[in-house]
Amino acid sequence: MAPVATEEEAALAVAGLTKAYGERVALRDVSFAAAAGELVAVIGPNGAGKTTMLSILAGIQPPDAGSVSRAPREIGWVPQQAGVYSKLSVAENLRLFARLEKVRDPNAVVAEMLEQTGLEDRANDEVGRLSGGNRQRVNIAVGLLAAPPVLLLDEPSASLDPRQRERLWSFVSAAAARGTTVVFSTHDVQEAERYADRVLVLADGELLFSGTAAELEATVSAEAQNGPRDFESAFVRFLHERGH
Amino acid sequence: MRWLLLKDLQILRRSPLLVALLIVYPIMIALLIGAALSRGPSNPSIALVNQIPKQQRTFDLGGSNVNANEYLPQLSRSVDLVSASSRADAVRLVREGKVLAAVVLPTDIVGRLSSGRDQPKIDVIYNGEDPVKQRFVESVVKARLADANDALSKKYEQITIRYIDTLLDGGSIAAFGRQVPILGLRNSKKILDGVIATLPPRSRASLALQQVDSFATLAVDNLGVSTDVLRSVGEPIAVHQTLIGGRRTALDAYAIAIAATVSLMFLTVLLAAGLLALEREEHAFSRLVRGLVSRLGLLAEKIGLAALCSVAVTLLLLLVLGIFFVDLDLSRAPQWVVALGVGGIAFAALGVAIGGLAREVRAASLLAFLLSLPIAFLALVPSGAVSGWLSDAIRVVCAAFPFKPTLQALDIAVNAAPTSLGPPLLHLAALAAAYTLIARLALRRFA
Repeated sequence: MAPVATEEEAALAVAGLTKAYGERVALRDVSFAAAAGELVAVIGPNGAGKTTMLSILAGIQPPDAGSVSRAPREIGWVPQQAGVYSKLSVAENLRLFARLEKVRDPNAVVAEMLEQTGLEDRANDEVGRLSGGNRQRVNIAVGLLAAPPVLLLDEPSASLDPRQRERLWSFVSAAAARGTTVVFSTHDVQEAERYADRVLVLADGELLFSGTAAELEATVSAEAQNGPRDFESAFVRFLHERGH
Repeated sequence: MRWLLLKDLQILRRSPLLVALLIVYPIMIALLIGAALSRGPSNPSIALVNQIPKQQRTFDLGGSNVNANEYLPQLSRSVDLVSASSRADAVRLVREGKVLAAVVLPTDIVGRLSSGRDQPKIDVIYNGEDPVKQRFVESVVKARLADANDALSKKYEQITIRYIDTLLDGGSIAAFGRQVPILGLRNSKKILDGVIATLPPRSRASLALQQVDSFATLAVDNLGVSTDVLRSVGEPIAVHQTLIGGRRTALDAYAIAIAATVSLMFLTVLLAAGLLALEREEHAFSRLVRGLVSRLGLLAEKIGLAALCSVAVTLLLLLVLGIFFVDLDLSRAPQWVVALGVGGIAFAALGVAIGGLAREVRAASLLAFLLSLPIAFLALVPSGAVSGWLSDAIRVVCAAFPFKPTLQALDIAVNAAPTSLGPPLLHLAALAAAYTLIARLALRRFA
């Protein structure tokens, strides 16, 4: 298991999160902590509770029980589908959200974000005319406008081609390198293995594993005589052995 | 909220086709409804076959010359008369749909009218292939014939009253081509009274003449009131109108209020529903409500913007109508703004409720149309035009939507009614609060 950030040093601490929709329990007593600059991947099968957990952390919906160490305003949120206005230009979108976030100098922050995302030459283009990859960069830039200590991304690479993914992760990794804690959900376990410092495995609302990809592989290999040779196989076997 | 408002205006500015449609469509619908209500149908075309020989169109009735042509205008009132040369020509015109019906005045109509005994008959031909059209033609022809009958009976009444006056006071009447002097009952009575005074009382001649004198007195008294009786027979029922509730508003002025309400409704409901649904369709809603703006604040922004835009457009519509087309009291413009403003807010609240429930722009627009049209039509059904329970149901439905109270408020504001604006404005405020609550509840599952 990877060293887990203690409550004191954690940039984000989650304790006992529980959420139910009627009879169906979407999250069951989930607790974890993430250190500053740490990249945490949340993986699991469909309906595992990944999006529910991220939306509770983002403050979009309240939990039935449990707590999050940071207020929603301190957390940057990047939804799966770009939450920006297609009729506004890139710069207009960034300026609007910067003003709504009440950042001190909206124009300076927008210029900085345009530079960081490499969208300076597309600043005046309507978002509706951008490619999926560029739209996702705008989406992430909006999440980072207020320079939040924690950034949440819900399946950020779902609709991107390999080249766009590469650019996306270099951008996200750069944000983490600057000290931003990044928590992202993904279906792509290889992406989690490649970019995340730590993976959280969720299934049926339960947190089954928290550690590095190598630790997950090691856990599965130790349990099986003919252990899996890659992380994806290890992940599938891990879930299978636990009845998921 | 200011930035959201500016953002929505910016989006609207970049969608000129949508904005043009949003403005032009409701105004066109409103003007069409207003025009249809105020002007009614155009005159129907009726063919007329006049078979009365020209030399016979004037006839003698009790010594008076009556010209049958004088009564044709009664037939042609509210209809466009098309002259037909023969009955066959009239049948052809009806069959080809060039006229709704044909009226044939037969050759013997004058003879029957002047005889005063045989009732004249006219021939009406119409096409029965369309029941609605058939009913319309029947009612138009009956109404026009009733007018002609009324004019003729007035002429008969005048002639009869003149006869009675001659019988009472004396004079002359035309008979067999010459004037015949008539003594008159009152003069006869005077002569009798003079003769009786010269005879010995209780003589046989005096007693006999006194009987004739009594009859003459009775005849004078009774014939004296017969003119009033004749007038009441000519118009047995007089109409006295008493207005209960509401007030008298010219149909044109009421149509203006309807046109403005329809325009306000479509523009506001569509705009508010679309603007809210757009937040979800652009996936921005979840981003906004996590601390950037409250859900209620978001609703208030959409309601305010939709109401502001639609009130401006509808106010402009009223001003253009008032300045160039109809006689509106422009000094009442502040009352217009109040009625439009409160009505606009209520419609916008309905719009955000629709947008919140539908969650997609297309679905929200469709739902807004599907709901608005029947609500407007139901509100225009006159009370008493449908059966009791249906009328009650319509009243309840109309009370649950802002169209009727907005129409009432605008009618009061535009048409200078003595009624207070208070009740419809309070009604609208209650509806606005209720629909905002529904929209707020719908936002729970909006993200």
